This record gives sequence, structure tokens and C-alpha cells, in this order.
Amino acid sequence: MTEEILRVENLNKFYGDRHILHDINFTLHQGEVLTLLGPSGSGKSTLIRCLNGLEDFSSGAVYFKGEKIKPTDKNWQEIRQKIGMVFQSYDLFPNLTVMENILLAPTKVQKRAKDQVAQEAEGLLKDVGLEKYADSYPRELSGGQKQRIAIVRALIMHPEVMLLDEVTASLDPEMVRGILQIMTKLSKKHHMTMIIVTHEMGFAEQIADQVLFLEDGRILENTPGKAFFAQPKTERARDFLESMDF
Amino acid sequence: MEHSVINVLFVGNNFARIMQGLWTSVWISVDSLAAGLVLGTLLGILRTLPSKPLRFILRLYLEFFRIVPTIVLLYLVYYILPRSFNISWPASWMAILAFALWVAAEFSDIVRGAIESVPVTQKESGLALGLSKTQLFRYVLLPQAVQLELPATINLATRVIKTTSLLMMISIMDVIAIGQQIIEANNQKYPTAVFWIYGLIFILYFIIDYPLSLWSKKLAAKENR
Ligand SMILES: Nc1ncnc2c1ncn2[C@@H]1O[C@H](COP(=O)(O)OP(=O)(O)O)[C@@H](O)[C@H]1O
Ligand SMILES: [Mg+2]
Repeated sequence: MTEEILRVENLNKFYGDRHILHDINFTLHQGEVLTLLGPSGSGKSTLIRCLNGLEDFSSGAVYFKGEKIKPTDKNWQEIRQKIGMVFQSYDLFPNLTVMENILLAPTKVQKRAKDQVAQEAEGLLKDVGLEKYADSYPRELSGGQKQRIAIVRALIMHPEVMLLDEVTASLDPEMVRGILQIMTKLSKKHHMTMIIVTHEMGFAEQIADQVLFLEDGRILENTPGKAFFAQPKTERARDFLESMDF
Repeated sequence: MEHSVINVLFVGNNFARIMQGLWTSVWISVDSLAAGLVLGTLLGILRTLPSKPLRFILRLYLEFFRIVPTIVLLYLVYYILPRSFNISWPASWMAILAFALWVAAEFSDIVRGAIESVPVTQKESGLALGLSKTQLFRYVLLPQAVQLELPATINLATRVIKTTSLLMMISIMDVIAIGQQIIEANNQKYPTAVFWIYGLIFILYFIIDYPLSLWSKKLAAKENR
């Protein structure tokens, strides 16, 4: 068995008195890709944001490499350097150039030498075909380009796991494929451990080692990827796949 | 008539004295803006922190300076403060103190508003990269806030410059006070002096404030686009 990266134990989350996540349990191992599927409002974003402390949870625990994370600001700040996250809305910093966006966290947070990080950044930019845009500002880029930069900005921290929340959802269709290819390459070539929330079912089927199917804040299925798409166990999951035209 | 213009404005060192007075107004504005912006930035940041008592006190501070007319403020620092605390600073320092505290109050609100209007997703993506709260402020929120607050800041600057016209009330020889002296000296011979002097002062204030006002309008228009 490969090393355990993340484990979630009996996690519950409330907003006020609304119970949003019910007793979530799962484990993610090194190199695995977990896709988080489920209808809109089922709690996918909330769950993924609990994993890097952007949301606090009401009870339960998250373990990173076997160690229970004490949910203090300071601890989360430490651990976030190991847990990369990319959002639907890219959220590049508009006051910084592409290169400055990429260099900010490694040089300020990890205190790595600027010229070395810059060299690595150039390599990563080349990988995503944007080496010419190092000195551009985010507003000069298309959505797809911004999202590629956001991925590079997360990768340069050398995370042990990446959380990707609907990263193609606000892109024009012709931009989507490029981003999906980047994620596929991350998994297949670099064996990056990832949790992916997506509505691209074809992509999910192809990349998922494990599928969590969420509805109303409950895990209805926790199934190996191939099995889930070949034959979902629950009626609800079957309906969901059908509604996604799959 | 032209005769009286020349006699009033350019006789002796009248024009030089007016410029001297203008200079006094300008450097008092610049100094109090500089001090007020620094203090106001600090207070503005503090006002975005979760502590309720702190926010309440700073809010009180802001409201105080909003409600109390500037002229009362000037009297306060010029007549009351020195007596009750035994401070004997020159009037211009006291004026800078009053103006700087006022600017800090107004600017703290501008800074708070700007920081709060940076989208929450910017904070989250910064935190997700492992930035500390301080780093988040320093590299992400403040630079974006500065852009957002620029028009309102320039606006505040024009208000400060205009308000320096009250300085003569605490016997500072600003442009208005000197103008007044010249008018009084010429009242007998040239009754129209008052027009020329105030006309000139009007133009001088206009020359300083109008470009600032234009700049702020242009920035605001750019932001709305
Ligand atoms: N800040 C919030 N305050 C209150 N309720 C929220 C908040 N964020 C999300 N929710 C609720 O939590 C539920 C799960 O939302 P979310 O995790 O965004 O779902 P998904 O990502 O699967 O679409 C929804 O019912 C949503 O209305
Ligand atoms: Mg979501």
C-alpha cells in the first residue's frame, strides 16, 4: 500500500444550524486521484475547503500523512504549503504580473531563492505553453490562460496534494480541453495526488481512481472510478450520471 | 482700473507675500496629508480586524472628526490643548496636528472600505498559497486597496487644501490672512482691492485643486469602465 496523504474522519459541518456535511469519511493515498461528484449544492466545495482550512468544521478530524491537523490558523498556514488549491475563478492577483504571481508564495512563504524559483517557474510556464506571458498582467490573459497560471502558481510550492474545485467550470468550451490535459498529465506523468471536483464526466471517468458521490452533504458512494462509471451502486448516482448526459 | 490691479497686487512685495502665504498653506496641507495618510492606513487596517471593541473605538474616533467642524478643531488644538496640557508648539504645528488627525480619521474609512471591497476570493487564494495574514495584507490586499482608494484620497487632499483657508483663524499667516492684510492696507486708496486679492487667491486655489480634481475624476471613470 502506498503512503496515506489525507484521511478524513467523521467530519461534520454546520452553517448556523444547517447541517451541511454529514459524517464524511475517506482516505486518499499517494498518487491517487479522487473525484468528487454530485449535484450542485451537495457540499463538494465545502468539503474540499475543509481540507485546507478555508472552512472550519464542527466535528471530526483531517489527517495529513497520518498526523492529525490541529485546526489553528498557524497550523493551517503551515499545512497549506503542502496542499495546493485551484479555484473556479482562478483568482490571480491583479496587482502582480504572471511571474510575480508565481514567485510570491515560494519566495515569501518558503523563503526559497528567487532566481532558482524563477528558473523553475519558466520551466512550468513552458509546460503549459505560456512562457511568453511571464511579464503580462492577469487582465491581459484569457480565462484558460489564467487558469493555467493558477495551476502553475500552486505547483511551484511543490504540494503533496492538489485540490481542484471545478477549475474548468467558467471557461469557454475550447479552453476546457487544455486544462483537462494538464490535469491528466499531472496525474499520469507526475503521479500527483489530487482531489478533483468536476462536471466533465468523460474526464472524470478517465482520471478517477476513486469516486466520492455526494448528495445533500452525505457520501452516497465511495467507489473505485471504473466501477462507478460502469455500474453505479445507487439509484441516485445513476440518475445523476444520466442527468449529466453520460 | 488696471492701475489699481497693478498697484494692489504688484506694489512692493505684495505678490511675493501672497505666494509666501500660499506656500504656508501648501506645506501645512502636504505635511498633514503625509502624517494623516500613514496613521489612517494603520487605523484602516485595524478596523478590518475582528476585534469588536477596537472597531468600536476607531469608529468613534472617525465620527468625532466627521461631526466636529474643522474650525472648532483648530480652536481646540490652538487655544485649549496648549493650556490644558502645557504644550507650547508653534501654531503651524498645532494646525498640522489637527489636520493630520482629521485626515487619519477620514482616510481610515477609505482604507477600510477599500480593503473590504477586495473580493473575498482574493483572500482565499492568497491563504491557500500559504501566505500569512500579514503577507496577505502586504502583498495582495493593500496594493489592490491602494488602487481602489486613490480617487477618494485625491478628493480628500483637495478638501484639505481648501480647508487650509481656515488657518488664519488661529493666526497663521496663510494666503488668506496675508490677502486680508493687503486689502486692509489698500482699502482707502483702492476700494476694489478686495476683488483683486480674492480673485487672485481664487485662481491660486483653483490652479492647485483643479488638476487634482480632474485626476480623481479620470481615475474614477476608469474604475467604472
Ligand atoms: N457561506 C455559506 N453560508 C451558508 N450556507 C452555505 C455557505 N456556503 C455554502 N452554503 C450551503 O452549503 C451547501 C453546500 O454548498 P457547496 O459546498 O457550495 O456545494 P457544491 O460545491 O457541491 O455546489 C449549499 O446548500 C449551500 O447553500
Ligand atoms: Mg461548488
